[in-house]
Amino acid sequence: MPDKSVIGKTGKPFKMHVDWSKVREFARAIKDPNPLYFDPELAKKELGGVPVPVTFLQTSAFWTDDTSSPGFGGFDLRRILHGEQDFEFFKPIFVGDTLTGVTKIADLFEKEGGRGGKMTFLVTETEYTNQKGEKVATARATLIETGQAVKA
Amino acid sequence: MAAKLKFDSVKVGDEIPKIVIEGVTRPDFVRYAGASGDFVPLHYDQTFVEAAGIPTVFAQGMYTAGLLSKAVTDYVGVGNVRRFQVRFATRVWPGDAVTCTGKITNKSEKDGEKQIEGDLTVLNQKGEPAIRGSFRAACA
Repeated sequence: MPDKSVIGKTGKPFKMHVDWSKVREFARAIKDPNPLYFDPELAKKELGGVPVPVTFLQTSAFWTDDTSSPGFGGFDLRRILHGEQDFEFFKPIFVGDTLTGVTKIADLFEKEGGRGGKMTFLVTETEYTNQKGEKVATARATLIETGQAVKA
Repeated sequence: MAAKLKFDSVKVGDEIPKIVIEGVTRPDFVRYAGASGDFVPLHYDQTFVEAAGIPTVFAQGMYTAGLLSKAVTDYVGVGNVRRFQVRFATRVWPGDAVTCTGKITNKSEKDGEKQIEGDLTVLNQKGEPAIRGSFRAACA
C-alpha cells in the first residue's frame, strides 16, 4: 500500500530562469515555427515579450533536484507511465522571467489495472510565481507506476 | 499569430484546423528529450527498453502533447491559452502518423474574459486515440 501520509508534502522552492535559447529549442522540438518564439521584436510588439510554448513548463526538469521534489519513495523507471498533464495559466510568462516553483504531492493512490497489473498513481501539483510575486501557472501531473512493464 | 480569435466568429461544434505528422521518428524523441529535460530512457535507449520487455522506444507523452498544443495556439493565438489538459492513452511508436484535432464545446465569460473551451484528440494511423484532452482560451 502506498504511504498516504506523504499527501500534502511539498518540496523546496526552485528557481527557473526562462531563457530564450531554451524556448527556441523547445519550439523546434514540438515542430512549431511560430515567429513569436524566434523574433523578439515582433513578439515585443504583439505580446510585450517573447512568449513560451504551452507545455514549456516541462523544462522545469532542468531546474529541479532531489530537494525540490517532495519525497514519496520513488518509482521504478522501467514501469513508469505519464498518465495525465494539466496546465492552467493566470498571467503571461516571458523570456527573461525568473519563476519560482513549489511542488506538492496532491494525491497518491493504488488501483487494480488491466495489462500492467496493480498500478500506483502519483499526482503532483507545481505552482509557479514570477519575479513580481504574481501566480502565473499551475502544472498538475499524474504519473503511474505499473505492476509490470506494459509491453505494447 | 498572437491575434485573438473573435469570440463571435466561433461556434460550438467548430473544428480547429488539424495537424498531421506523417511519421514520428526516434530523432524527434531525442530532440524532445534534450529540449525538455525528460531523460526517462524508455524514449531513446533501445537496450534499456528491451531489458524491460518493451519492443522499442516510444514517444514521450509530452512530445505528442507538444505537437497538439501547436494546433491550439495556431487557432487561438499564442498567449491566449488559459488551460491545456491531456490524458495519455495509446503509446506513439516510431513511424506512427499522428493527427491532432480539436472541437469547440463551450463559449463563456470567465474572470471578465470571453473564453472558448474545446475537446482535443490525437489519433494514430489506426484511428486509436493517443491523447484525449481539452483546452480553454481567451478570445477578443
